[in-house]
Formats: sequence, C-alpha cells, structure tokens
Amino acid sequence: MVRRQDLATIAALVNRAKNELLRVPGAAVPGVLAPTIFFLGLNGVFGSLTQLSGFTTDSYPSFLVPVSLLQGAGFTGAATGVNLARDIEQGWLDRLLASPAPRWVLLTGLVLAASLRAFIPATAVLLVAFGVGAHWPGVDGLLIVYAVVAVTAAVAACYASSLALHYKSQSAAPLMQAGMLALILATTAYAPLELMQGWLQDVARVNPMTLVVDAVRQGFVGGVSWEETWPGILALAGMLAIVGALSLRGMRRTAL
Amino acid sequence: MSRLETNLRVVRALGMRSVRQTFRRPQLIAPIVVFPTLLLAIQTGGAGAAVNLPGFPAVQSFLQFMLAGAIMQSLMLAANSGGIALAVDIEMGFTDRLFAAPISRYSVVLGRLVGTAALGVAAALWFLAIGLVFGANIEGGVPGALVVIALTTAATVAIGGVGSAIALRTGKASIVQGLFPLIFVILFLSTAFFPQGLMVEPAQTIAKYNPLSFIVEGIREPIVTGLNGTDLLGAVLAVAGIATISLLMSARALRHRLRTGG
Repeated sequence: MVRRQDLATIAALVNRAKNELLRVPGAAVPGVLAPTIFFLGLNGVFGSLTQLSGFTTDSYPSFLVPVSLLQGAGFTGAATGVNLARDIEQGWLDRLLASPAPRWVLLTGLVLAASLRAFIPATAVLLVAFGVGAHWPGVDGLLIVYAVVAVTAAVAACYASSLALHYKSQSAAPLMQAGMLALILATTAYAPLELMQGWLQDVARVNPMTLVVDAVRQGFVGGVSWEETWPGILALAGMLAIVGALSLRGMRRTAL
Repeated sequence: MSRLETNLRVVRALGMRSVRQTFRRPQLIAPIVVFPTLLLAIQTGGAGAAVNLPGFPAVQSFLQFMLAGAIMQSLMLAANSGGIALAVDIEMGFTDRLFAAPISRYSVVLGRLVGTAALGVAAALWFLAIGLVFGANIEGGVPGALVVIALTTAATVAIGGVGSAIALRTGKASIVQGLFPLIFVILFLSTAFFPQGLMVEPAQTIAKYNPLSFIVEGIREPIVTGLNGTDLLGAVLAVAGIATISLLMSARALRHRLRTGG
C-alpha cells in the first residue's frame, strides 16, 4: 500500500528534477534540439517518398512527426539513466538508498520526472511540425500524443536506469541512447510497412513500438479510432512491465 | 636527431595516443561507428523504396547509394570527436605542458589530427566492408575503394581542423560538443542521404551549394558509377577549401591561445 511519506518522497524527487531544469535550462536543449533537427532534416531529405504508390498520406511531416515525438521521449528517458549514473558516481544514490524510502519509491520518482519532462520536447516538436504543415490530429489525437509520450519516456527511463544500475557509469550513456533510438527507428518510421525492405520490414512487423507509432500517427494521417489505439496501449504496457521489473530488480540489488 | 625528425616523432606519438584514447572509451567510439551504422541500416530498410522514385539516379541498391552518406556522417563525427578530445586536453592542462616543451606547437595540433585521420580511414574501411558484406558493389573496384579511403581521410583531417581550431580558441569541450547537432543540420542539408533533385525545398537549394555535397558526391562516385573523375575534382576542391579555412582558423586560434594563455 502506498503511504503518504512514499508520495512525499516521489514528489521530492520529481521536484529535484524540476529544479535541475530551472537552474540549468540549457540541459533541456539537447533533448529538444535532437528530435527537432531530425524531424526537419528527415522531412527535407525524404519528403518526396510520399510520391511512391502505396504511401498512406501526401504529407510527410504528418507521417514523420510521431517518430520525432517518440524520439524526444526516448532521449529524455535515456537522460534519466545518464543522470542516475552520475548520481551513482557522485555517491548521491547511496544517500538515497540509506534513507528509509522503499526502492520502488525512488525508482517511481525518477521515472515520473522523466515522463513529465518529456512534455517539453514533445511540445517543441509539435509546434515545429505544425509550422511545416503537419495536420492537426484533433483533441483526442493530441491527448493520445501526450499520454504515449509520457509512457514512452517512462519505458526509456526504466530501461536506461537498469543499465545505469548495472554499469554504474556514465560511459553507458551511448548504450542507453542507441537502444531507444534503435527501438523507435526499427518501426514504420520512414515509410509504411508495405514499402519497407529486407530485414527491417520483418523487424518492424514484430517490434511492439510499431504499434505505438501507429497509435500516435493515426490522428495526423486520418482519424482516431479505438482499433488503432488499444494495440499501442497494450504494447506500451507490456514494455513498461518488462523494463520496470528489470530496473526495480536492479534497484533492489544495488547495495550500499 | 634533426628538428623535423623530432616533430615527426611527436606527431606520431600524439597520433597514437589519440587513437588509443578513442578506442578505450566507448562513449567516443559509439557516435563514430554505432550511430552511423544504425542509421544506415534503418534508412536503407525504411526508405529503400526511394530508388523507384522518378528521377532517382541509377544505382544497384539504396544501400550502395547510402554508403557515401554513412561515411560522411562518420567522418564528421570523428572530426568533432577529435576536437572534443583536444579541448579536454586543454582543460586538463595537458596541452599547456606540451606547449612548454621544446617542440613545434603545430605538431601538437597535427598529432591530434593524425589520430582523427586514422579514425577517418577506419570509418571508410568499416562502411566499405559493410557495403560489400550486404551485397553493395564498389563499381570502381580496388582503385575506387582506395580513392574513397583517401578522400575520406583528407576530408576528416580538413573538417577535423575546424574542430581543432574551435577547441584551441575556446578551450572548452562542452562548446565543441555543442557542435554535434550542427553536424546533423549540415549533413541533412547536403546530398548525403538523398539525391539533390528529389529533396524538398529549401533543403534542395542549400544542398546544391553545400561543400559537403561535393565531398559526398566525390565519395559516392567510385562506389556507384566507378572512377570517371566527374565528381572527384569538385570533392578535392571542396576538401582543399575547407582545409585552407581550417588551417587559417587553427593558426589564428593557436596564436591567440599562446598570446593570451587561454
């Protein structure tokens, strides 16, 4: 059962992340810049792919924006792992572990902070996307966007935290970022499944993140429906359960 | 031992040191190899149908077309990584100790660039090998592959010179690291990943005049069509232009550092 002091600890950890952002606003810039640059760059480079027969929309910004939104969430979550590794290196985590707060509470605080922080790059990417002609996804589509972004950031934060707890070093940062990048890009990121080629088509077909991309994309390229939404929710819930269990195991095994 | 011999030994020792430093630290090697390889794999599978677009140049496969882009991406990240490493040396005071030694100051910078050049060679070899393993032809054969390696190495040194100049001028690794997003902006605004004629405006117009486009086309030509020299001259001129600018920038930054001490 969740106790009042557990909630207070979670709130304190979220507050700490918020203070970090307010005191070092520049720290949020790379997380915003990377997906935005990729979005604009890929749109300029691959924009004419919509001319291929079988492409599901004539607006490449609308097709691409879900990937950049998830990329922003992935990078934000990965940054949580890098920050945790830094806290381990500097001994800050040891002090947290010495407190009477349960391990799951510490992890929840970190993950929740990542989820909230992911709204910053998501909003920036959305504004840029609308600026270059992405379709309005509707209020329901927008709600799905923010909900999915928050949970994807939580998935990334759990994954990156489990690596941070394993390697206990910021050197593992590329592994955290590359892992999330691969998961998000090995989907229908650039083109519909039917137009993809070789091994990537097979990987995208079984990659649960494809369902998440499709759930976010539906509002931008057509209408929102429950049939397109629930597989994405299920995929995210499954991924969160797995990486959440892994990171909690890592947290419980971390000795003082 | 002559002065030249001494400086060559310094350049070799510092070059070896920078190569070892890169391979010892995964956070330095990952952006140079892992990210470009990952993007190559994903873009080839994800956007491979692009070869069916009207106006796409005749290529064996999208992978064959994309190899030059991946090499370009990798060499630019290697160049940036060299700049970061030099800035870290400055921050730690290692460069000051070298400047106090009776050796040419330029050999200190050159030593770092030798290491960066080695990374350029490694990048070219890696992506040519990846291409061959996954079925892409190198139309220019062995001479073509050698041209790709030579051009990649020269471009890595030229662009690495810009990173070194910024490191010398600022002395801060975080500032050189901050160029990372800029690398992708410049890359996306070149013909690294797509033919210029099929890019969307304003990227199409910018790519037409971007010097990186000339270098990419020079690397791409021996892979896609063979050695006919059409794009090679443009690439050599672009590398020479960037090298001249980076040399002037480095000399100016070095003078400033020695005059002001920071």
